Amino acid sequence: MASHNKELAVAGGLLALGLIAPFTGSFIILLITRGLILAILAMSLDILLGYTGLPSLGQAAYLGMGAYLTAILATRFHFGLDWSFWVVILLAVLLGAATAAIFGLFAIRASGVYFLMITLALGQCIWGLAYRWNSMTGGDNGINLPGRPAFAILLSSDVAYFYVVFGFFVVSLLMLYVLVKSPFGRSLEGIREREVRMRTLGYNTWLHKYLAFVIAGGFGGLAGVLWAHANGHVSPEDVVLTTSVDALLMVVLGGSGTLVGGAIGAGLVLFLREYLSTLVPWWQYVLGGVYILSILYLPDGVMGLPARIARSGIAVGKP
Amino acid sequence: MIAKSSAMAAAGVAIAIGLVGMPGAAEEIRIGFIAPITGPFAQAGKDMVNGWEMYTDEVKNDFAGATIKFILEDDQAKPPVGVLKAEKLIRQDKVHIIMGGVLASTGYALAPVSTREKTVYIAPVTAADDLTQREADKYPYFVRTGWTSSQPTHPFGEWACEQGYKRIVAIAADYAFGYETVGGFQRTFEECGGKIIQKIWPPLGTIDFGPFIPTVKQDADAIFTLMVGPMSLQFPKQLAAAGNTKPVIGGGTSYDEFTLPSMGDEVIGHVSVLQYSAALDTPKNAAFVSKYREKYGKVPSYFSETTYTTGLMVHEVMKQSGGKWPGAEEFVKLISRVKVDAVRGPLSLDDMRNPVQNIYVKKVERKKMFGYDKEELWNTVIKTYPSVSQFWKFGKAEFLKQPVYSRNFPPCQYCE
Amino acid sequence: MRFWLIQTFNGISYGALLFLLGSGLSLIFGVMRIVNLAHGSYFLLGGYVALSVILATGSWVLAIPAAALSIALIGLLMERIFLRRLGFDPLRQVLLTVGFAFLFQQAALDIWGGDNKDIIAPASLTQTAVIGGVYLPGYRIFMIAVASAIGLVLFLVMENTRLGAAVRATVDDAQMARGVGIDTSRISMFIFALGACLAALGGVIGGAFLGIYPGLDFQILPIAFAVVIIGGMGSLAGAAIGSLLVGIADNFGKALFPEVSYFTLYAPMALILAVRPTGLFGRE
Repeated sequence: MASHNKELAVAGGLLALGLIAPFTGSFIILLITRGLILAILAMSLDILLGYTGLPSLGQAAYLGMGAYLTAILATRFHFGLDWSFWVVILLAVLLGAATAAIFGLFAIRASGVYFLMITLALGQCIWGLAYRWNSMTGGDNGINLPGRPAFAILLSSDVAYFYVVFGFFVVSLLMLYVLVKSPFGRSLEGIREREVRMRTLGYNTWLHKYLAFVIAGGFGGLAGVLWAHANGHVSPEDVVLTTSVDALLMVVLGGSGTLVGGAIGAGLVLFLREYLSTLVPWWQYVLGGVYILSILYLPDGVMGLPARIARSGIAVGKP
Repeated sequence: MIAKSSAMAAAGVAIAIGLVGMPGAAEEIRIGFIAPITGPFAQAGKDMVNGWEMYTDEVKNDFAGATIKFILEDDQAKPPVGVLKAEKLIRQDKVHIIMGGVLASTGYALAPVSTREKTVYIAPVTAADDLTQREADKYPYFVRTGWTSSQPTHPFGEWACEQGYKRIVAIAADYAFGYETVGGFQRTFEECGGKIIQKIWPPLGTIDFGPFIPTVKQDADAIFTLMVGPMSLQFPKQLAAAGNTKPVIGGGTSYDEFTLPSMGDEVIGHVSVLQYSAALDTPKNAAFVSKYREKYGKVPSYFSETTYTTGLMVHEVMKQSGGKWPGAEEFVKLISRVKVDAVRGPLSLDDMRNPVQNIYVKKVERKKMFGYDKEELWNTVIKTYPSVSQFWKFGKAEFLKQPVYSRNFPPCQYCE
Repeated sequence: MRFWLIQTFNGISYGALLFLLGSGLSLIFGVMRIVNLAHGSYFLLGGYVALSVILATGSWVLAIPAAALSIALIGLLMERIFLRRLGFDPLRQVLLTVGFAFLFQQAALDIWGGDNKDIIAPASLTQTAVIGGVYLPGYRIFMIAVASAIGLVLFLVMENTRLGAAVRATVDDAQMARGVGIDTSRISMFIFALGACLAALGGVIGGAFLGIYPGLDFQILPIAFAVVIIGGMGSLAGAAIGSLLVGIADNFGKALFPEVSYFTLYAPMALILAVRPTGLFGRE
């Protein structure tokens, strides 16, 4: 069965990643860690975009809420640097979800491009808050975190931190996978395809969309905590519009509606941005070009490549 | 038989001579340079790179026997990007020193990285006060070769009193650099009898000052401005178009050569303060300006001078360490003791590793200078304050007791 | 009293510039249902091209049509060659425009460098009129005049010509328009080019007022969105009202409540969208 093969492939890929990563060099492992965190953000966006059909340009806001919460708790209240780290994770997820719950009340009334616009505006409000509320957020200087948590393991070790992030990534992937395979997830896909029909069938589509939005916010908050500790620093630049745009592009590049596509897209974008930029000065042309070409010729993203190749008759082996 | 052994003997002697006579291989010092090469501050980044390049070319990359490998990374003036690039430079390229950063926010983000990775971080531009003041203990590998935001404006406050200004309106970019610049000015200006009667904070990146200019109080004697980047270009124009007749004084970045060539006659007569002016009439600067102009087609800004001087200081350290990398801690110790006669004037570092240097009060004039045959705008130096430290005349201990200059400190007690 | 007069005047002049930017964006959305995220880039490129023309020929007057037309051409090509290929898929078209925005940004940096540049307007326009003790900068008056003129021309074309009727029909109901024989793909192409032209015009005129520098493209984009969202997408009148509202609100907001100056733009935007998702005058 095709999906069974896919699941095996993903599991195999994850296993390989988990084993190889610590040996890739002290810098590459930093990139991989950041890639996994952005992958969580991208996957949460995929729930909205790929599965429910809601294009959000404001996911960075939830990352920001989680990140700033972590930084403020760590610097002002010295909280979150030992076992309390796990409490911070929980709080960030709740905060992300709560923010989404409030924003969702504004946003879910709209759809399509209007949804894009309103999520953009809401995301910008969070950015404005981060920038202006000097006393709380440090304004444009941001907040420096005092160091990574230490409980049974020292997260200051990059390898240790990688495994923690990897763990969260795998758990997120599993949770979201269960979600999309569940009846709720199926309903979301139904809403993406034909919302009117779903409504006539008796589904409360508003509630479904709202819940999806809140869930995405929760995962965004989780990504925020991990992001703050990865950088050791939180700044309004983390919640700038480009971050939300990047998340959207990651999902589209990787393949929307595939969950794993978001992760692949995250890896791709990060590679282009952070690795290629150190090799050549014209990396922005490559970035722009890759986006444009993939949007034109790869509508299903990277995940759609195998199917495309198969369709164009270059299939090898089993049908 | 005999021929073979004498051949071997000859070979042995040759090898011995070769070993003894061979010069020691030049040590390569790797410097990771982090600056915005894209984005709104791209020009500042390019100026910084040019300044460093010019020094390296002048000494033919021979730093007392060592050669410098210069690796440039673009941080787009965004702190999270800067942090990642710093990690890349330190971990992958194994640099000995990271250098750069333009905005104060970058400095605050990079300094902890230098502590964590035990790598020297030289900041030629980032001016955030606290990095060498109240937070200096956290950053033992951090060295500044530029300035603190309030360093030039401390003496400027006294200068303003001397001009007879009693009531001044401050309008400055709404972020830490703006607060610290105004803070320094306000402190000394109010101590010699002046009053800041209003503080206006246009957001960083404002280009339409329409909302702000009409709110300037009409009974002020002068306007103090602190603008950066594109703001410096638009503010004086819009201020003049709105019919302003008051004298305008300001922080150095408002009129620095980084933006002066694009300005018009509306800024003639404006006075500002900084540790450098391209119009500094010394033989050293004249040579610097001419050479820079020949090489890069424009007059150098303080961004270029500061990296050029940093090159000079690094060279001095290498001379003292015999061309070998002395290790991070020792490097910091050595550079703290360096005294140079830089293009901007005599320069040394105080015990918090911030420069003690001349501060120049400069006025914009249109004239010909340094043999260039066209009339242009220059920042003519009208007063020099020698050997100014980041603490001005306040003792270090006393200064550190007060909080860092912020939006509300010093409080606007005379604000109406 | 003077304070209110000046601020209102400033707000209107800022709104005038925003109208040039927002009208194109609004029309593009109305006809093609896509949000052109490269619109800010058109604004920036317009300014840069004008600058080059001025440097080469010394004529500011020549720079205006040169910039407007060359950017219109770029818009045309972008629509014809790339956007059209995607058929009616608004989301992917939006993402495509983002890719182009990145390309334009890098190209602009490579061609014109990173300096903050400025267009020097002719001296006749930079005089300041003094009316009743109130200083009214001449350039702001010029901006209001240009925007009004263009707005009037656009309105007349939309209301009184066959072309305008065809555009309005396409905005209302593209399928129906095709049904009565209107070549909607031609209209799309024309409108996209027009939008780019207007944005570029804004860049030239704005260049003397705001300056031209890397990053301006993404800085001005959210503000253009605010105009279009508040005024309503697809409506010219909406763009006019929206730009006036945004210009005045932004001015007064910053002058009276500088603390929350970032919110004076985005909060009303979110609120209006929440109540009326299509904007004040928008169409479904």
